[in-house]
Amino acid sequence: MAETYDSAPLPDRMTLFVPHAAALGMTLVSLQKGRGVMRVDWREDLVGDPDTGVIASGVVTALIDHTCGLAINSAAETPLPIATLDLRIDYLRAAGPRLGITAEAHGYKLTRSIGFVRAQAWDIDSGDPVATAQAAFMLTRAG
Amino acid sequence: MSDEAFKTLETFIARVPYARFLGLRVELAGDEMTAILPFAQQLIGNPVLPALHGGVIGAFMEMTALAQLSLAHPGQRIPKTIDITIEYLRPGRAQDTFARATLRKIGRRVANVQVECWQDSRSKLVAGMTGHFLLRGDERAPTLSGTGSP
Repeated sequence: MAETYDSAPLPDRMTLFVPHAAALGMTLVSLQKGRGVMRVDWREDLVGDPDTGVIASGVVTALIDHTCGLAINSAAETPLPIATLDLRIDYLRAAGPRLGITAEAHGYKLTRSIGFVRAQAWDIDSGDPVATAQAAFMLTRAG
Repeated sequence: MSDEAFKTLETFIARVPYARFLGLRVELAGDEMTAILPFAQQLIGNPVLPALHGGVIGAFMEMTALAQLSLAHPGQRIPKTIDITIEYLRPGRAQDTFARATLRKIGRRVANVQVECWQDSRSKLVAGMTGHFLLRGDERAPTLSGTGSP
């Protein structure tokens, strides 16, 4: 990693350069303006229910929060500091045992100071989500 | 609070791999449980500030709620999270973080739990959470005659 955080391209800035994203093994699946998809693979140490081997909902929370941030950052013209105001997550069903999670977020409205995002997460099929989410972010624009 | 209660919590943390991944610890004073998230570099979400990852703070509060529920229902299966709403009030700085959960209502099947999370001072909250959790003590398949909402 020759680059610094500020000069690194957005995909690296959202994975390698963020210690918690790296610790969870988050990877970028796809990225377009206002939309991002990220993934965490199943790991033994990320299990939330040892009776079933299902990944912890906390991992889903972190992945969704992170993917929402990615969506906002990709929607903005230039990278800008953001802070989550609130995040509501509905856990629709348990993920399947020993399955990783993919999350997609859509920054559908950016004002000068606030970004609104919707997200969903799934294990196998994006049409059968394990969680849906809604978040608002504060944006800090220069000048 | 008895040694038995502390054992219940220790068992909860020992059984859940993700609780160990976070480094979650708990302390009991009387009937009050404080959950502790010791600072670790891998919890950082913003390396520039630096600040804890918002998802970590949310996950920590959710685990605090689950630990408090395990105290109320020792020996039962870990409740399933139905929904959570997290409100972020201040950046979580690169230091230890604390949380306490209030069981606002424990129904027959669903519990409503509120969690507060702070660092230096409990009067300066870093974040708050309200969540609903499905209790699974006597899990039964729903029937058509039903007994109301989930």
